[in-house]
Amino acid sequence: MFEALTERLERAFSRLRGRGKLRERDVDEALREVRLALLEADVSVEVVRDFLARIRERAVGQEVLESLTPAQQVVKIVYEELVRLMGEAREDVRWAKSPPTVVFLVGLQGTGKTTTAAKLAYHFLREGRSPLLVGADVYRPAAREQLETLGAKAGVPVYTRHDVDDAVRIAREGVARAREEGRDVVLVDTAGRLHVDEELMAELERMKAELAPHEILFTLDAMAGQDAVRVAREFHGRLALTGVVVTKLDGDSRGGAVLSVRAVTGAPVKFVAVGEKLEDLEPFYPDRMAQRILGM
Amino acid sequence: RRRAAFDDDFFLELEEILIAADVGVKTSAWLVESLRADVRKKGLTTPEEVREALAARILEVFGDDESRFRLTFAPEGPTVILFVGVNGTGKTTTLGKLAYRLKGEGKRVLLAAGDTFRAGAIDQLRLWGERVGADVVAREEGADPAAVLYEAVDRAQREGYDVVLGDTAGRLHAKQHLMNELRKIVRVVGQKLPGAPHEVLLVLDGTTGQNGLRQAEVFLEAARVTGIAVTKLDGTARGGVVVTIQKELDIPVKLVGVGEGREDLLDFSPAAFVAGLFGEGEGRTP
Ligand SMILES: Nc1nc2c(ncn2[C@@H]2O[C@H](COP(=O)(O)OP(=O)(O)OP(=O)(O)O)[C@@H](O)[C@H]2O)c(=O)[nH]1
Ligand SMILES: Nc1nc2c(ncn2[C@@H]2O[C@H](COP(=O)(O)OP(=O)(O)OP(=O)(O)O)[C@@H](O)[C@H]2O)c(=O)[nH]1
Ligand SMILES: [K+]
Ligand SMILES: [Mg+2]
Ligand SMILES: [Mg+2]
Repeated sequence: MFEALTERLERAFSRLRGRGKLRERDVDEALREVRLALLEADVSVEVVRDFLARIRERAVGQEVLESLTPAQQVVKIVYEELVRLMGEAREDVRWAKSPPTVVFLVGLQGTGKTTTAAKLAYHFLREGRSPLLVGADVYRPAAREQLETLGAKAGVPVYTRHDVDDAVRIAREGVARAREEGRDVVLVDTAGRLHVDEELMAELERMKAELAPHEILFTLDAMAGQDAVRVAREFHGRLALTGVVVTKLDGDSRGGAVLSVRAVTGAPVKFVAVGEKLEDLEPFYPDRMAQRILGM
Repeated sequence: RRRAAFDDDFFLELEEILIAADVGVKTSAWLVESLRADVRKKGLTTPEEVREALAARILEVFGDDESRFRLTFAPEGPTVILFVGVNGTGKTTTLGKLAYRLKGEGKRVLLAAGDTFRAGAIDQLRLWGERVGADVVAREEGADPAAVLYEAVDRAQREGYDVVLGDTAGRLHAKQHLMNELRKIVRVVGQKLPGAPHEVLLVLDGTTGQNGLRQAEVFLEAARVTGIAVTKLDGTARGGVVVTIQKELDIPVKLVGVGEGREDLLDFSPAAFVAGLFGEGEGRTP
């Protein structure tokens, strides 16, 4: 596991060996390698800084200084801390006491909201629930058509309107429809938006105020870079995100942004998306994600 | 005494600014290393001078041949431009915006709905066609994308269109079969019209991190990419990975996306881009 990082650390430590027992300074040398590995994985600069401070605390304790295999020891600490930060246990959807459970999908443009809404609906359908999809993206050309097509493929009905350009109204009518039809979960697809787009962020706040969703899931593209931390902070600040869905994990990105988002929002990753098809949705495993970030 | 201000921490801070702009660890370290040499050689004394020297270093990576950053058109007959890239980066939108620009220049533009896979992709392209007043060649969902492109090029040749803009489905570069499909599209277009495609634009999401380099490598190999369109620079992301792509692979950036509207497309300006890396303006390329 983690050959690349372990090897780098071994190299760092072997330079230091022969000078007797490891000192704090030596651990710092090793932590520079850890820093590089995390930054190469797109973990945000500021999150890396805090994270390393925590690692250092543990590493300069007896564990590493007296270890015969300091490289493995450091990697083990880093790995454990990563897993801990991403949440040890799997967290389920927060189901409403009295249905329907209302779920919003929010995030930057092109991150996978519409596809994920359809995948979740399909997933819930197969669990024996009765979902409704709501197409509340009135901006992107053919966003509603996209959701209708996906809904038809999933066998899940879609509520939307092509004659209305008020997203909040469509969402409200969608939730009302779900209630009338006795559906137990409503997935509201919203338009992609930038965190700095005041008007569109305010639209989401209004939608939230009216519909009191049980889940606000933020879609995070696994390829996202350093800006993810800022984006997540803005979305979380305005909406209080309840969870994250990491998308496009079927690629070869290291996905360090997941760590950043988790660190600034505290919201658990609830699902990961691993492809374009309806069934390409999986539960999140912090240990696998930690391994990926460390580049195994 | 003033020189002492430029200690290791100072350079580390500069390195972190670059990394935070997604320039990447390796390129950032390389840039800052050569900057240290500059500071010594040129005897720079103020932080402003050092910043300027760093900007100049990055500009050197892009080179000063402005013509590299412009789209090339066929001397005669239709010019074919393909849009390729991973999922959701802005291929279809950038295509629509470019169509609008070219229409405005008086060109006859034909759009080819080469994404026959993603739900709603054909509708999306049709709407862009309506929005900018361009004709569209499309088949049904699931049709062979190479056949759609072939038909579009054929029609352009027969009916005297100036430009064919070909959309393709988003695909992750790690997926061999999808990259093979793209190879076939490029091959078929080239067989139909020698010299085509004249441009293959890799549409890169400006919020992407270090995976962008890998995307560029693989798409370059599979689809002989001729340029990059970097999108979504209207947010706070800086798109720094293109510096690394330029340095490692020498692929010029040709277009910059700064919004979802039809006019939100800019030519690439290295100077504006580098200013954006340091957070002047909101990372915008004016
Ligand atoms: N490979 C892969 N592609 C995905 C995944 N999730 C979504 N996509 C693709 O990413 C692209 C964008 O997905 P959408 O669901 O349209 O994204 P969106 O967030 O709704 O986009 P906007 O509404 O435009 O903001 C599409 O090509 C999807 O097929 C995934 O997990 N893996
Ligand atoms: N803010 C902003 N949004 C953009 C820009 N370019 C594209 N978008 C948005 O990003 C989302 C994805 O754009 P598309 O053009 O559908 O992307 P694509 O690469 O064709 O996606 P797939 O075909 O699914 O792979 C849409 O919501 C666009 O409106 C840009 O420059 N700035
Ligand atoms: K993206
Ligand atoms: Mg969408
Ligand atoms: Mg597209």
